[in-house]
Order: sequence, then C-alpha cells, then structure tokens
Amino acid sequence: MSDASSATARSTIGTRPGRLAEFWRYFRENRGAVIGLYVFAVFVFVAVFANLLAPYDPTEQFRAHTLQPPVWQEGGTWAFPLGTDAVGRDMLSRLLYGARFSFFVGIVVVVVAATGGILLGLIAGFAPRWLDTVIMRLMDIILAFPSLLLALVLVAILGPTLLNAMIAIALVLQPHYVRLTRASVLNERTKDYVTSARVVGAGTLRTMFVTVLPNCLAPIIVQAALSFSTAILDAAALGFLGMGAQPPTPEWGTMLADAREFVLRAWWVVTLPGLAILVTVLSINLMGDGLRDALDPKLKRS
Amino acid sequence: MIRYILSRLLTFVPTFVGVTLISFAFIRVLPGDPIIVMAGERGLSEERYQEYVVQFGFDQPIYVQFWDYLTGVLQGDLGTSFVTNRDVWTDFFTLFPATLELSLCAILFAILLGLPAGVIAAVYRGKFFDRALMSTALVGYSMPIFWWALLLIIVFSGNLGWTPVSGRIGLMYFFDDVTGLMLVDSLLSGQDGAFGSAVQHLILPSIVLGTIPLAVIARQTRSAMLEVLSEDYIRTARAKGLTPGRVNGIHALRNALIPVITVIGLSVGTLLAGAILTETIFSWPGIGKWMVDSIFRRDYPVVQGGLLLIALMVMIVNLTVDILYGLINPKIRKR
Repeated sequence: MSDASSATARSTIGTRPGRLAEFWRYFRENRGAVIGLYVFAVFVFVAVFANLLAPYDPTEQFRAHTLQPPVWQEGGTWAFPLGTDAVGRDMLSRLLYGARFSFFVGIVVVVVAATGGILLGLIAGFAPRWLDTVIMRLMDIILAFPSLLLALVLVAILGPTLLNAMIAIALVLQPHYVRLTRASVLNERTKDYVTSARVVGAGTLRTMFVTVLPNCLAPIIVQAALSFSTAILDAAALGFLGMGAQPPTPEWGTMLADAREFVLRAWWVVTLPGLAILVTVLSINLMGDGLRDALDPKLKRS
Repeated sequence: MIRYILSRLLTFVPTFVGVTLISFAFIRVLPGDPIIVMAGERGLSEERYQEYVVQFGFDQPIYVQFWDYLTGVLQGDLGTSFVTNRDVWTDFFTLFPATLELSLCAILFAILLGLPAGVIAAVYRGKFFDRALMSTALVGYSMPIFWWALLLIIVFSGNLGWTPVSGRIGLMYFFDDVTGLMLVDSLLSGQDGAFGSAVQHLILPSIVLGTIPLAVIARQTRSAMLEVLSEDYIRTARAKGLTPGRVNGIHALRNALIPVITVIGLSVGTLLAGAILTETIFSWPGIGKWMVDSIFRRDYPVVQGGLLLIALMVMIVNLTVDILYGLINPKIRKR
C-alpha cells in the first residue's frame, strides 16, 4: 500500500499502465461487467451523436400519424420504426435524444455530488472533533429523509426544471460520498506512510489531497458508478411525477408520464422509454459490480 | 449496553432538531409569500392578509417562530392544511395505516422470495441457479418501479383483467374504519367478498413496492451466506454428518440473518420513497399520494408536517435497528 502511495505522490505516468492493466485483468473476468461496459459505451455514443442518429427532430409532430405502432406490428411503417406517440412524434428520435438527457443528468449529478462529498469527507476526516461531528450530523439529517421525497420537495421549492432536479438529486446523494470518504480517510490516517509523510514535512493540505486521497479512491469510484444509475432513476422518477424535465423535453421519465393515459391502448409509448431506462441503469449497475470486484482488494482472489 | 443505548439516543437529539429546522425553514425559503399563494387567484384584502400574518406568527422574530414550531411538534401540533383546513397531524395518522399496510405486504413479499433466493444462490454458488437468480435480482435492483407498475397494469389488469387498477377496495363495499388496515377491517365487516377484494387491490402495488427490497434482500442474503459458509463451525457441522438442509438452513442461515435483518430494517426509507411513486400510480390513499398531491397544490403546512413526520419515522426505525443490532452483536457496542 505504501509504495503505491509514494508512486502516486511522485509521478503517476510511469506506473499507470501497469495498474490499469491489472485493473482490466480483474474487470475482464466478470462477464456481466464487460457486457455492461459495452452497453454503456453504446449509450454514451447515442447520447453524444443523437442529433446525427435521429431521423427526425424529437419535437416535430406528424399530425397524420398519431399513435402509429412500430414497424413489425400491423399498421406500422419504416418511416417510424418504433412508432409515434399521441401527437405524432417519432418514438425512435425521442428515445435517442432521451439518452442525451439521462447521460447529462448522470454526469452532472455524479460530478457535483462526488466533488462536494469528497471535500466534506476529507475535511471531516482531518478536522478537529467538533467540526467532524457537525458535518456528520448534517449528513445524518439529510439521510433521515427518504431521498426521492427530499428531492421532490426541493424541486417544488426551486421550480420544476431538469436543472433543479439535478441539483436536488446531487444534494441527496452527496452524504454517501461524505461517509465513504471519511471512513476511508480515518482508516488510512493511522497507517505508517501517512505518518512518514508528515515526518518528512508534508503540510495538512498536501497530506489530505496528495498522500491520503488517492488511496481512498477505490470505494469512491464504485460509489460514483452506483450513484450514476441512481441519478438516472431518480431524475426519471421526478420527470414521471411532473417535477423534472417538462414536456415536450424527450426525457425518458417525462415521456412515460405523457404516455400514462395510453397504457392500455398503445403499449409502445409506455414500454419503450421504460425499457431504455432499465437497460441503461442495468448496464451501469453491472459495471459497478465489476468495478467493485476489481477494485476491492479484499475480494481479489490471489 | 445502557451506555450504548444512551449514546445512540444522544445523537438522536441533534438530528431531530436539525430535521425539524429543515422542515421549518422549508416554508420560509420558498419563493413567493405563502399567504398569497394560499389565497390563490381570489386574492386577499389587506386586513385579511394581516390577520393571517398574525395567525401564522410571521410577525414574530424567526427564533420565536422556530421555538413555537418545535414546541408545537412535540405536542403533536403541525398546523392545518391550507386547502382542506384539516389538522395535519390527524390527517397523517388517518392516512398512515394505508401506507403501513402496503409497506408491510411489500416487505413480506420481498422477504418471502428474497431470503430463499439468496440462500439457494449461495448454496449453488457459481452454478446456473446462482447466476439466474442474481441476474434477476440485478434487473429488479435496476428497475424503474413506476414503469414496472405500468407494465404490470398492462398485463394483469389490461390483458388478463385479473386485478383492479386503483384504490384499496371495490366500490360496492362499505364498512367502518376499525384499524385502518383494509385486510383486517374487511374481515371484521363479515361482508362476502370484501376480503378478497382487498387482497386483489393489494397484489400489484405490493409487488411493485417490494421489487427493489426483494433484490436487495436476495443479494445481501447471498453474500452473508457465502461469508458464513466458509467458517469453521460450518465445516464441523458438515463433518458431523448433518444433512445439507440442516447445515445451510439452520446453522448458516441463523448467523447470516443478522446483516439481512439490518438491511430489512434500513429499507424503511426506500419503502417510503417507493410508496410515493407506487401510491401515485395506483391511486392508493396513503401518505405518499397525500404528499405528492399536497406538493402540487402548494399546500405548505401539509408538505412541511408530512416531511417532518416521515423523517422522524425513518429515524426512529433506524435507531431501533441500531439498538437491536447492538443487542444481537456485542462487537458493535464496544466502539
């Protein structure tokens, strides 16, 4: 453990490929994780190039073709491979653009929640007892509220937009990062390499960010993968309840909310957006499981 | 042990005050004046406005307002709804049994399927059963439950016509609210078919709400079982010649249950969050639907009070789980 840390403290360029290769070796053993990675890669590709892939504009309404079924069902045409919704918008185009929103939500929420959480966790781990207690009690308070309910109320206060939904979700996910970071900081601080770094004369900030933080990253990376999927699910749930992205935004949860009244008449407007959410979240969770197995030294088979 | 319980209780107090402070702050940081919002489109005369300011205590300094709110909470006074003018505290506890019944059925469903699934997966580690069960569990864990609910409605209510789509009981049944739990009340009423109707209404919502806890319990049971199965005393039990059923089902499961029970206890928050979605979709007249409706109606006292009571409930359950865990597992107490 100590040689790894001094390596990161110096220059990482020389050692990175070795560590990455080792990580990949463990990751590859988990077939589910690799499948998850491929699906996730497709998802990212679709999110980035949605404007090139989609045959139509996601908000364009073809009034002559409302609720048209997918191509393989009677009445479907190749013009709308996955059918159209109640106002004649192309389902395929909307689904492709939806990936963009979900990806955006995931990235923003994870970056905001992880940055804030890691900072607070590091501070709590190094700060005097009273500050540590204050931070941890604050996190306990946030965790006392069911996350979706707190996010829902926050969005109601801030106003129902996708941006506010992301802020609210980031806020309710952040305590997990604080707890995780603090726990591993407290664990690492007792180790010899930290003491020797201090003896050599490293300041508090240097100890926090350069010596200790890199060694706490493994569980945080796993948490990041898991909260990426939670963020997508929660944003979709908020959209479904009408407190996330607003119509006509082609966000998957919002699309489901629009489709609710056609539950028994047009299965495709209901089934497809949900399937998109499920497949995306599932692929990320598969990857997360693989990451945990590959990064957690306790589970590594020697 | 007493010291452990006391220290847990001590951390409860600041969290309680904090939770109260957050739900108190909520109504005051809202954009717009809550009184104007409450008045709606009809508007208010200046005198009426001032009356309300005094009634809600907005003319007092903020710390006096908070003190009044805190003491009110401790005495079971959470104000009245803007919309229905009913007492928030009373409304919460009138609607709570509906959510309790749904949550209990959901967690029962999750335990009854999740525990055996986890045990079987652990016993057949790496084999077909294990893979199939754990893949299914991961799908359940990733499920957007609001979509899952719609799918089940399409299949079981739409195509097959087996289950109703909304509510707690058929419209032709009327009986007194004795316990608030429809299953019990319908039996007490003695009406033909009432109990069956209540069960039918419960099936889909329970499955939807229980899906994620089911996946969590199955995964947790499997990993706890795997840990226990590698211990020496299990090898001893096997060496003694006990049947695999007895070793796995009794010797191993008993110890594996400790973390599983913790997970079940801590899933109360998940259940209440899930109840928001489930109750909205199935028009289930419980706390979750009440909160969502109030949020949309901008009925702030209800949102504020509901938020506080739900958080308190989660905190009390978590505290109980913590203390019980300390009772079962002496290692925890020593920290």
